[in-house]
Amino acid sequence: MKIHEYQARALLSDGGVPVPDGAMVETVEAARETAQALFDAGTSIVVVKAQVHAGGRGKAGFVKVVSSVDEAVEAATFMLGNTMVSPQTPPEGIAVTQVLVAAGVDIERELYVAITTDRMRRTNSLIASAEGGVEIEQVAHDRPEAILTVPLHPLDGLRAWQATDLAFKLGLTGKQVRQFTAVCMRLAEVFLNTDASLAEINPLVITPASDAHSDGQVVAIDAKFNFDDNAMFRQKAIADCFDPAAEDPDELRANQAGLSFVSLDGDIGCLVNGAGLAMSTMDIIKLHGGEPANFLDVGGDASQEAVTEAFRIILGEDGCKGVLVNIFGGIMQCDRIAHAIVAAAEEVGFTVPLVVRLEGTNVEAARVVLDEAATRLPTMITATDLEDAAAKVCQAVATV
Amino acid sequence: MSILVNGSTKVICQGITGASGAFHTKGCVDYGTKMVGGVTPGKGGQTDANGLPIFDTVSEAVRSTGAEASMIFVPPPFAGDAILEAADAGVDVICCITEGIPVQDMVRVRARLEAYPDSVLIGPNCPGIITPGRRVSGEGSNAVFEGGCKIGIMPGYIHTAKEDAASGKAVGIISRSGTLTYEAVWQTSVLGIGQTTCVGIGGDPVRGMGFIELLERFGDDPETDGIVMIGEIGGQDETLAGQWIKDNLSKPVAAFIAGRTAPPGKRMGHAGAIIGGADDTAQAKMDALRDCGIDVCESPATLGTTMAAAMGVDAAAPA
Repeated sequence: MKIHEYQARALLSDGGVPVPDGAMVETVEAARETAQALFDAGTSIVVVKAQVHAGGRGKAGFVKVVSSVDEAVEAATFMLGNTMVSPQTPPEGIAVTQVLVAAGVDIERELYVAITTDRMRRTNSLIASAEGGVEIEQVAHDRPEAILTVPLHPLDGLRAWQATDLAFKLGLTGKQVRQFTAVCMRLAEVFLNTDASLAEINPLVITPASDAHSDGQVVAIDAKFNFDDNAMFRQKAIADCFDPAAEDPDELRANQAGLSFVSLDGDIGCLVNGAGLAMSTMDIIKLHGGEPANFLDVGGDASQEAVTEAFRIILGEDGCKGVLVNIFGGIMQCDRIAHAIVAAAEEVGFTVPLVVRLEGTNVEAARVVLDEAATRLPTMITATDLEDAAAKVCQAVATV
Repeated sequence: MSILVNGSTKVICQGITGASGAFHTKGCVDYGTKMVGGVTPGKGGQTDANGLPIFDTVSEAVRSTGAEASMIFVPPPFAGDAILEAADAGVDVICCITEGIPVQDMVRVRARLEAYPDSVLIGPNCPGIITPGRRVSGEGSNAVFEGGCKIGIMPGYIHTAKEDAASGKAVGIISRSGTLTYEAVWQTSVLGIGQTTCVGIGGDPVRGMGFIELLERFGDDPETDGIVMIGEIGGQDETLAGQWIKDNLSKPVAAFIAGRTAPPGKRMGHAGAIIGGADDTAQAKMDALRDCGIDVCESPATLGTTMAAAMGVDAAAPA
């Protein structure tokens, strides 16, 4: 699960990490008031940022640095109600309904810090780079030696000395070291307390020396958090941050039915059990010259109603020319799928070719159910194995 | 021969009175697994529908039945604790089927399992482990087996014991994906190739046994003639396993990596990929495995024929 930047900022701030003053607003008037208050408090620049779950905001014109209230109002007027399109958004873009208005910060240095689950080390790791403020994937690709990795203890978390050691390796000096250590410790605490899978501060800025901070101040400018969906049962406050408007409507609908669904560009709808088999089914469709319309893992425990909902979603997608059902029942009982196929046939109706390949738990019972309903499934084609199923659906769709 | 479990392994089910636990305990009993009991706190002293004794704790179950393996169907919030309870009770093979355990729970469980070097964990979020039994009667999904050990949710009838295999050969199967494992099993069975043991290691980022630990065991098992390895996008495990195979294993290996057509933008938070420093796409893994001399299948439908060819079994003349 993802949250917005302003929510991530609040998590850090509540955890004791310094962030610039500011607020999330949903109207131009509120943007004006917030910007006015920030300028009144003595800041010379203000940043207006669209709150969407996608990168590429700066290049798309949805992050604006302004030096007057009027400019802030102009930026907010442009963004609110507008649709942002970037390489990381769907082609139709994402509607912007919230902007963050925050004080600008003078920058001496920009760093990158993040904590994420490290599957190789079976723990979480702190990742840092002296090259913050840029696309970290690019840094990792071009100069992997510029990325420092510090594994957290699986039971004790981050130790202060590890963060201090990292501060020196990043070339920090004087009071910056202690501030950096505190930021890392608090980031680790927030990460673990919220069951995050990623907690990233980019950039983590060091401000120039000032009267208040003789060695500068360490401040989090932008933050990104992702969370472990499996832990949301014990993270009510995080779960409440969920923004349905930021999700793909079909994916959201599928998730609410307990299904794992990703919308793709092709024309062959897929209904499969198990993520690995679902991915493989997409792979083999492509090998046969077809294009999958979606990834759909109905999982093991999906109810008949959930599977019927899956058919509704697949058949409702634009340009669906055929459906491939590939079930190798283990925990999923094939007859449940068969009943759902019949229910979907009665409710929605299959007008496109439906290729069904069933094997595994309760497969005999499933075949009986489908045989009895054969007249209601005029477009159904049964397949004997994976190869046969892929060939049949690709052929059927090609001749539609 | 087999690895980790066989027909004499005594097995309990943690969460035996839940819907999934009860359904699959019956499936294991029907397959011929030596199920000796189950655990549900508060229901100790009762018996389940199969007549198996239910205990309040794992240690009580182990003391009374001599159980050596456990199949866990405990709900996600409590599954991590159930794994550690099994380890502490001295269970050797802990097989956690439960899907949806928080990752941070598994980070802590893995660390705490270090204190129990005699226990191995399979899963979580996996189909389990099976050492196929001999078919004694019936055909297809009505077949009856004996002498095998099925711990988990896989359909038993698709498996073939080495003694029943027309080719006289058998493979070990290691897979990150549940249903794709069945695919590999079915394809080898249809070609007259048996399976010594099949292990679903699970799809979670932090889990129990990995490819290399199991490759090592299959390498040492004289009855295992070849190994099927099924991976996915994400992480570096398959690439590391490929290198290990190149350096240590003389048996033929057939591999498949799922997710070649998965859209790249859909992976989890990008920082996860940065740690490994290398590319973790399906294509990159397939290339890396090929570089290690492993037979990599282009299609998931050719797992069986690729394995057969690598072992010198005539795939054109199935049993």
